[in-house]
Amino acid sequence: MARALSPRRRLLTTIAAWFVALLIFFPVLWMLITSFKTEASAVASPPELFSADWTFENYTEVWARSDYPRFFWNSVVISIGSTLLGLAIAIPAAWSMAFVPTKRTKDLLMWMLSTKMMPAVAVMIPLYLVFQRVGLFDTKIGLVLALMLMNLPIIVWMLYTYFREIPGEILEAARMDGASLWNEIVYVLTPMAVPGIASTLLLNVILAWNEAFWTITLTTTKAAPLSAFIASFSAPQGLFYAKLSAASTMAIAPILILGWFSQKQLVRGLTFGAVK
Amino acid sequence: MSTQSTRLAARLMVAPSVILLFIWMIVPLAMTLYFSFRLYRLLSPERTGWVGFNNYIWFLNSPDFWLAIWNTLALVGGVLVITVVLGTLVALLIDQPVKGQGVLRILVIAPFFVMPPVAASIWENLFMHPQNGLFAAISRGFGAQPILFLEQHPMPSVIAIVAWEWLPFATLILLTALQSLSSEQIEAAEMDGASAFSRFRYIILPHLTRAITAVILIQTIFLLGIFGEIYTTTQGGPGSASTTLPYMIFKQAIVAKDIGRAAAGGIIAVILANIVAVFLMRGLGKNLDA
Repeated sequence: MARALSPRRRLLTTIAAWFVALLIFFPVLWMLITSFKTEASAVASPPELFSADWTFENYTEVWARSDYPRFFWNSVVISIGSTLLGLAIAIPAAWSMAFVPTKRTKDLLMWMLSTKMMPAVAVMIPLYLVFQRVGLFDTKIGLVLALMLMNLPIIVWMLYTYFREIPGEILEAARMDGASLWNEIVYVLTPMAVPGIASTLLLNVILAWNEAFWTITLTTTKAAPLSAFIASFSAPQGLFYAKLSAASTMAIAPILILGWFSQKQLVRGLTFGAVK
Repeated sequence: MSTQSTRLAARLMVAPSVILLFIWMIVPLAMTLYFSFRLYRLLSPERTGWVGFNNYIWFLNSPDFWLAIWNTLALVGGVLVITVVLGTLVALLIDQPVKGQGVLRILVIAPFFVMPPVAASIWENLFMHPQNGLFAAISRGFGAQPILFLEQHPMPSVIAIVAWEWLPFATLILLTALQSLSSEQIEAAEMDGASAFSRFRYIILPHLTRAITAVILIQTIFLLGIFGEIYTTTQGGPGSASTTLPYMIFKQAIVAKDIGRAAAGGIIAVILANIVAVFLMRGLGKNLDA
């Protein structure tokens, strides 16, 4: 509902909007600035907005002291793996809910979403024991499965809202022309649904990347992703602010950049189609 | 379009999702239910047996229990109120024709991509720390005593951190909704002499209802389980001041190593979550075109 404003009001609004946006962004910016300071300058009083001797040392030291590439690789495998597996299971389900709805479809969707309301802590011990018993503890496969199941309701729901906007007549026409169900899904539905599938994929990669309960509870070393990497850095009392900031930046930078590039696709998916 | 075979195929295609989710839900739930009636302490593994409702009775009578319930509701409610109110204001502001709207969006959405342990440790160390935090430095600059955020005001501090994480989500959804509002309607109201407040109250706010519903529903699902932010910052303290229900269960399981009592707490949490879920789904679900 953008409307014209007088030049004076426009200037004031611009200043106000930028001020608020920078305020919201400031903690991330401050972390970034601190990551390039020396440890002494990071805790200097009064605080230094820009340090006189800014340095890359924190990054090189964090890199040297921890096995960042392994954590990073685990994060990539777990977030992308769980999302792809989730899509493979959810696409048929969402297709059937959107195009062959039954009386119970809405209840089923609500039930799926309600499984997410079970507090993770409440079922931590049983899952820990099960994962130990079946050999999934501290494995990438185990985390791929856990995060896939955790996000499956969201994936089904998002795909469902996208699929419902595809006109059913097109699918019927394909069927009249003799397309099998499989061909219908692969050659007719999927190409039309690519934007929806893409934004579902993006959002779930982000959710899985940022998941920090199961990824820490169900791993020790081998399969631990960046959430565990950062947890191991967050105990310092004051002396390691610059290194903590550098490690934090390294943990969030990949997903922050991905999120920035894809924000337009994300927003619609986030609302489960409730807001156009 | 539904022939017999299509319907059968449709059922088969939903089945994997439903079965997997059912197993994912029922196995841990059944085990938790079983443990909740057992004596199961990691520190004395030789003593086992059925204890009836003792674990539940202990949990419900624990002095921390009602505090934990209150803290959980305060966290969910506080974050919802802050994010919806501020989110609406920020969305209204960014929706104005201002310079660099694209960059503004990028700045505002950033906190959503910050993983919870990072968000919590940035706030705890770089901002709220009583000696080295930026807030303490600002207080000193004004000649005031630094505020002991996490020590003296643990719940408001945790609520503030979580609200910062979720503000972008609310803002972006509300902004998307605002952008679909036709400007003619607003201009017509303006010509008829409607004040800024009544334009907001009678045109903009009704238009945002669905978006606000979506924000509340989705955020509640995530907020009920908030754990990492408390674990990183206050560890539920000082004392039990910032212990929520999930954190109380965690303390029973990991610190007291009493799996039976933790399981009883888990079942209580599941029941509470279901009560909230029923309210939400019944009350708000209708608003969403599911």
